[in-house]
Amino acid sequence: MESLSNRKKVLEQKPMNFWERMYLPAIFKGMAITFRHMFKPKETIFYPEVEREFSENWRGMHSLKRDEEGRERCTACGLCALSCPAEAITMVAAERKKGEEALYREEKYAATYEINMLRCIFCGLCEEACPKEAIYLDGPIVPADYLRKDFIYGKDKLVEKPLTELIKQ
Amino acid sequence: MEIAFVIEKFIFITVIFALSLLVAMYSTLAERKIAAFLQDRVGPNRAGPGGMFQPLADGVKMFLKEEIIPTQSNKFLFIAGPSLAILTACIGSAVIPWGQDIQLFGRTIALQATDINVGILYIFGVVSLGVYGIMIGGWASNNKFSLMGAIRAASQNISYEIPMGLSIIALLLVTNSLSLKDIVEQQHGFQWNVFYQPLGFLIFLVCAFAETNRTPFDLPECETELVGGYHTEYSSMKLGFFLFAEYINMFVSSAVMATLYFGGYNYPGMDFMNSLLGPTFGPLLGMGVLFIKIFAFIFFFMWVRWTIPRFRYDQLMNLGWKVLIPLAIANIVITGLVVAFVNGF
Repeated sequence: MESLSNRKKVLEQKPMNFWERMYLPAIFKGMAITFRHMFKPKETIFYPEVEREFSENWRGMHSLKRDEEGRERCTACGLCALSCPAEAITMVAAERKKGEEALYREEKYAATYEINMLRCIFCGLCEEACPKEAIYLDGPIVPADYLRKDFIYGKDKLVEKPLTELIKQ
Repeated sequence: MEIAFVIEKFIFITVIFALSLLVAMYSTLAERKIAAFLQDRVGPNRAGPGGMFQPLADGVKMFLKEEIIPTQSNKFLFIAGPSLAILTACIGSAVIPWGQDIQLFGRTIALQATDINVGILYIFGVVSLGVYGIMIGGWASNNKFSLMGAIRAASQNISYEIPMGLSIIALLLVTNSLSLKDIVEQQHGFQWNVFYQPLGFLIFLVCAFAETNRTPFDLPECETELVGGYHTEYSSMKLGFFLFAEYINMFVSSAVMATLYFGGYNYPGMDFMNSLLGPTFGPLLGMGVLFIKIFAFIFFFMWVRWTIPRFRYDQLMNLGWKVLIPLAIANIVITGLVVAFVNGF
């Protein structure tokens, strides 16, 4: 069969000559390489003290965003839950009461919003699906925990802190 | 035999014993550090400054692990295996001369546990006993992987003891003595045996790797094929004994190689330094030089381990029987002819 890429090379399997069968030249070559590596700069990052920088499109923990006036953007439309291939997202919608206009941007909001971090595969389809730009995977690594129930993150952990609190910090 | 002599020997043996355990202990740290450096990493550095207490932490971990003895195993042999392995590893250092006679507290003390006139044969005997620990442990585990590891260890050690012994015969033709002390004294003044027996040294070195079950000859514990080899079923400190025995063996065979081929405690300019330092500190300096040589060999062992991949089993046997033994025999013949020629037949 003709090869498509023309990059195929047929390697000849020659029997080793006497010099190669001695193994020693190859061994010394290899040892010279490893010895040179002793003095190369180390790649180690001292993790708890130094944290490695993530790339810009890194997808970490989710956060539910607020708008410029500090109101939650999420309207509980359910598109994120629908788009989620791992079925990690659930929510319960509720209607905004009078006097809550400063809390929620639209008339409908998510009363509970839960993501199971053990199911989540961090694919980012929820942030693509969201019509309100309410969910982004811009957080840190999801920390380890002991119990399965503790991996179901509710609004307390997901919703962004209000602007006033961030300024206070 | 006076009482002071007994006390002197007792203290000396205790010191050497503790020293070889200490060196083996820090070899584990050195191994991990060197492995890390060769792979552009840093290695253990959390326990103490630069990871100094890592061996202690490892030891504590080993002791605190659960001790599991398989129900189908032979309990007596299962315990005897690692005990024998570490016992034979520890007694090997008895005949190694660590330094010249030293003047301490008005007494002349030999820095050697015992100078028997069959020193080399003693070391060979001890080294070939070492494989029994592995064999007994692997067999008593009643596990196929362990048994495979034990069989490999036995056949490998038998195959490599022959070229090792033959390379030593060529050395004996040069030295005319089996006593390690004599061999070291003959190498005084930079007359190191490695210059007279380079091929013999190479064969001995390769065989030493095989005898200590170090990479590239670590087939008995070959992880990729045999889980853990002969120590698959071992846990807790019994596993620790097996692993520790390997490091002590490495220390002892490094000491033997330094003694037989690299002049032991001799170093160029030794007489001058001895006249300068006197009869107490001169021998101590010689002992330090010997230890530097030993550490260089231990480093070499580790350097090779983290460079060269493991041999295949048939390659191992080919190398042992078809390459090293003919080479060693040729070495004996050539050495014999040269010695005969130099001595004028």
